[in-house]
Amino acid sequence: MVDLHPNKPITLETFTRGIWEENPVFVMLLGMCPVLAVTNSGANALAMGIATTFVLVCSSILVSLLRHRIPKQVRIATYIVIIATFVTIVDYVIQAISLELYRALGAFIQLIVVNCIILGRAESYASKHRPSKAIINALGTGLGFTIALLCLGLVRELLGSGALFGINIFGDSFQPWAIMILPPGGFFVLGTWLLLFSWMRLRKEGKPTSQEKEAGYHEH
Amino acid sequence: MNSPSPHSTQPSALSLIATLGVVALISGVLVVLVYQLTLPAILENRRIALERAIFTVLPGARSRINFALTAEGLERIDDQQTDGPRVYAGYDLSGKLTGVALEASAQGYQDIIRILYGYSPKCSCITGITVLESKETPGLGDKIETDPEFLVNFEALDGRLNATGERLNNEIVTVKHGKKSNPWEIDAISGATVSSKAIGRMLNNSAQKTFPLIMQQLQKLTQEES
Amino acid sequence: MSTDSLTFIFLNALIINNFVLSLFLGICPFLGVSAKLNTAWNMGLATTFVMFVSSLCAFGLNILLVALDMEYLRLIAYIAVIASAVQLVEMVMKKFSPTLFRALGIFLPLITTNCAILGLALFQTFRDYSFLQSLVYSLGAGGGFALAIMLMAGLRERLDLSFVPDVSQGAVLSLMLAGLLSLSFMGFAGLGS
Repeated sequence: MVDLHPNKPITLETFTRGIWEENPVFVMLLGMCPVLAVTNSGANALAMGIATTFVLVCSSILVSLLRHRIPKQVRIATYIVIIATFVTIVDYVIQAISLELYRALGAFIQLIVVNCIILGRAESYASKHRPSKAIINALGTGLGFTIALLCLGLVRELLGSGALFGINIFGDSFQPWAIMILPPGGFFVLGTWLLLFSWMRLRKEGKPTSQEKEAGYHEH
Repeated sequence: MNSPSPHSTQPSALSLIATLGVVALISGVLVVLVYQLTLPAILENRRIALERAIFTVLPGARSRINFALTAEGLERIDDQQTDGPRVYAGYDLSGKLTGVALEASAQGYQDIIRILYGYSPKCSCITGITVLESKETPGLGDKIETDPEFLVNFEALDGRLNATGERLNNEIVTVKHGKKSNPWEIDAISGATVSSKAIGRMLNNSAQKTFPLIMQQLQKLTQEES
Repeated sequence: MSTDSLTFIFLNALIINNFVLSLFLGICPFLGVSAKLNTAWNMGLATTFVMFVSSLCAFGLNILLVALDMEYLRLIAYIAVIASAVQLVEMVMKKFSPTLFRALGIFLPLITTNCAILGLALFQTFRDYSFLQSLVYSLGAGGGFALAIMLMAGLRERLDLSFVPDVSQGAVLSLMLAGLLSLSFMGFAGLGS
């Protein structure tokens, strides 16, 4: 995961890696708490994604700028203070923009501070690379996180309230699946997405899963 | 400050503290700066949200004054003071008292429900409710916020005091859907009885405690009329 | 039941609004450390312990912050103090009770970045809990976490013995189980009214 040549030029891969190959949610299974908790609507998911990306990018820049100055012994403490600073800033900015949004996201804005994606990026990437690369990488990871949040948020809102970003899609005759916007729905939808990705991965590796399944059955 | 290469020896404690100190200083300055910049907008947002809620439950109100309700009586306070239960007195365009808005809360189906409700001393009745905070089940319990049939209950819910002025004449209760026969009863939403009952319970508790005090202090409230 | 009573606060945190299954706090350890019942039990115990300590710290710290009128530093102060308090507890434990340290030790640093801990500290502040209420709340929340992770571990141990298709191994299966658990915990709603 760590580049052996920190000074090699920025490639497209620096950016895209966080979106697909190392998607923080679907591949690395990090930062699950906000992914499940605030994705009961598309708008909440988008807001959370943007807030997290902002903290991720800002803290990556600062960590990268200070990377030669921070002694190894106190690096985690320093990173946490830096991250907590930007989270506090985001917290106040969201309150200033919209109180409704702030109430919908609740404590999860402040809990961005313990989102392991951010500390992980600071520790494993930003502290070893120059700011320009750190920004690109953080943007990619943030985008990957936002996409994952939207994947859940849109599905849950569509099925749970029959709408997308608050706009009614299915009309009045649709009976919403209330369970989708309740806690269990979060687990089920994320589980289904992971199922889809793991099925795609198995297909790509050339293992015909259905046959293997059958073979497995006969052995038992 | 030192610039440690990966193989440097243990840096001195002083330099560790210095690094942390510098980072803490930067972060402190940033946070205070943003706090100062956003504070006016945040207070404005809160004021708008609060006034929207107050004017929803007090039809006709156009301005309001905050009071803190204590055993001694009512005391005028501003938005920043947070201690103790609050009473928001609403006044119409001509400066006449239209009623007071009060907060109430109780355990609902999932979590605590908090509401703001309006009380008009003139008709001795509750004039409206609006839900401030609730996590009730979507599609069932959350109808307490939107169901027009349910909200009609609170357009003139009887809250008269008894002869001694110490308690309500009739306890506010929630009854089964379609069984409402008296003006102090609340018609429950079918399928959301627990949430509807919670509203009845919190209104009754709050009314029993505060209405007698408010009636005693009515003069103070009307004094503020301009 | 009054919403301020200690019994209610405890039950509310333990099952009605379970930290893991209905508030989604502490999902990482819930999915990561729930393969064996034995480990899950230790993890639950360690988390409850850390919650108790951080609840104490957060309560004291909040009084200080309010007195100094510096609420805007709350988040930074909480995370820093909780992290150092846990570190301190770890050192004390290592010195005075090596057996306890062996059982819980490896979990302690992990738990510090668990969002359930910071979540607990923030919730008790938002709700203006008194000292006693905070402590009871922390015990309820910790117990709820332990309950959820042990139920999960029990289920996963049983599923180890059954045939599961390749495609749904690992996280997929855990999430589906968590969904079912969460669904059944919804049955506790309405308990307090």
